[in-house]
Amino acid sequence: MKLRDLAHVRSGDKGDAAQISVICYRSEDFPKIAAALTADVVAGHFAPILKGAISRYEAPQLGALVFVMEQALGGGVTRSLAIDPHGKTLAATLLSLEI
Amino acid sequence: MGAALDKDEARFYRCPVMKTIRIGAGAGYSGDRIEPAAELAHKGKLDYLVFECLGERTIALAQTDKLKNPDGGFDPLLEERMQAVLPACAAQGVKIITNMGAANPEGAARAVAKTARALGLEGLKIAAVVGDDVLEVLRAGDFELMDGLGRVATLGNAIVSANAYLDAEGIVMALDGGADVVITGRVCDPSLFLAPMIQAFKWDPRDWDKIGKGVAFGHLLECAGQVTGGYFADPGFKDVANLARLGFPLAEVAEDGSGVLTKVEGSGGKISVQSCREQLLYEIFDPATYVQGDVVADFSRVTFTELGPDRIAVAGATGRARPDRLKVTIGYKDGFIGEGQMSYAGPGAVARGRLALEIVRERLKIIGVNTTELRGDLIGVDAANLSAAPAPAEDPREVRIRVAGRTTTLRDAERIGAEVETLYTNGPGGGGGATRSARPVIAAASTLIPRRAVTPRVVTEVA
Repeated sequence: MKLRDLAHVRSGDKGDAAQISVICYRSEDFPKIAAALTADVVAGHFAPILKGAISRYEAPQLGALVFVMEQALGGGVTRSLAIDPHGKTLAATLLSLEI
Repeated sequence: MGAALDKDEARFYRCPVMKTIRIGAGAGYSGDRIEPAAELAHKGKLDYLVFECLGERTIALAQTDKLKNPDGGFDPLLEERMQAVLPACAAQGVKIITNMGAANPEGAARAVAKTARALGLEGLKIAAVVGDDVLEVLRAGDFELMDGLGRVATLGNAIVSANAYLDAEGIVMALDGGADVVITGRVCDPSLFLAPMIQAFKWDPRDWDKIGKGVAFGHLLECAGQVTGGYFADPGFKDVANLARLGFPLAEVAEDGSGVLTKVEGSGGKISVQSCREQLLYEIFDPATYVQGDVVADFSRVTFTELGPDRIAVAGATGRARPDRLKVTIGYKDGFIGEGQMSYAGPGAVARGRLALEIVRERLKIIGVNTTELRGDLIGVDAANLSAAPAPAEDPREVRIRVAGRTTTLRDAERIGAEVETLYTNGPGGGGGATRSARPVIAAASTLIPRRAVTPRVVTEVA
């Protein structure tokens, strides 16, 4: 099953850090998604851009995981050479992961 | 008559004692749509209409405008937004709060007074909240930049602006003074929404639980359409109707910090538990530790309950003592970025695109363009999708190359796009649609300064 069938996602940014929320459609899927989406899995998915540390936060009441990737935006929105300097398109690429 | 109470009566009878205010979000960024705010002003039965329009480097860009024109330096859409909402707001007593003052809140207040007079709204009180400009404080001190970027002094003459994120205090002072319109420069975004709660409910600014609840509403509202179905729709998975007429959100907040998020009936979009969860966590790192000027908010135990269509109750936010230091955003000149693009289509498009990227890299070396950073993307393959996920087996029908480089001179930045353009007659077959750009870069860095170094002040203008 793909993550897309179980959860929705949103990207944000602060400085050079990319922030991604993964939120379950159904709260009963939270343990499954929390077990599958470790910091290592997400760091591996974004290996081409992740230059710093990754942090992972759980908010079970919201059925959500939050990932923060430091030094992942090529200097951040004000400096980045990327076509999407905010990294707003990043989170959706996670939806293709198999759970 | 019968049993049918109108909504306000129903609310009154349910909560005979508790005071409630209605706060609408009129814009989520500087270029946002104009009409949703007018819809809120006319049909939202609001008490307050808030426009959040300041991005990270907006003040630095506005500061460069102000250097050219001392009366400028505020949001370019200020007058247009005010023309769209002032008559309805003045007629219904809706107070307006906005950070559209950017680098010049006092100039913005004068401009709004002029707009109000032109609309026949003499007597309107417009307050500017100043004190966020801390350039002199930074010049006099020795502060360290966040994110390991060294010391502020290393930026030297490149610094254009430095503005502290003020808390709600200055806006509360302006509302206490009877302002109809409050215009700020840099303040924490949620503070724009929190301030009317503190003022209307006489909240103690150190009642961290209530302030945390207020900041939760502020955070949910500050990006306007992002909580009503914008930045959300995904056909077949998350369907949202009528995004072209997306309604912006409003909150009904009660004096105990409880409340409901909703939008004008009949407007486009959808407020759901899902859209609220996405927006609550948007740009939040640790959900239990959201550091703001007014409070360290804790959103980790927030719950959303659907009371009816487009009506979501929000509960469970809290907070702890605010930080002793305020964040400062520093705008500084950071060289130039040059860019060029060109498209390739049909069989072999990817291979021709890759060849084109190689040629441009070599050409920039041959002609001596100095770049401190250079990247080549294939739009359609790896420009935005920067993940390690495997690419589909089949090539896309078309690709677009994009070369972007950082330079120290505008001339070098211009030569990057020019080299991409020369691919028309000198590069792989079938290249079309070249575009090019070169621009100066104003970058943003951050530092922290003691709260006591900053004093908000209110300057009032009467239309």
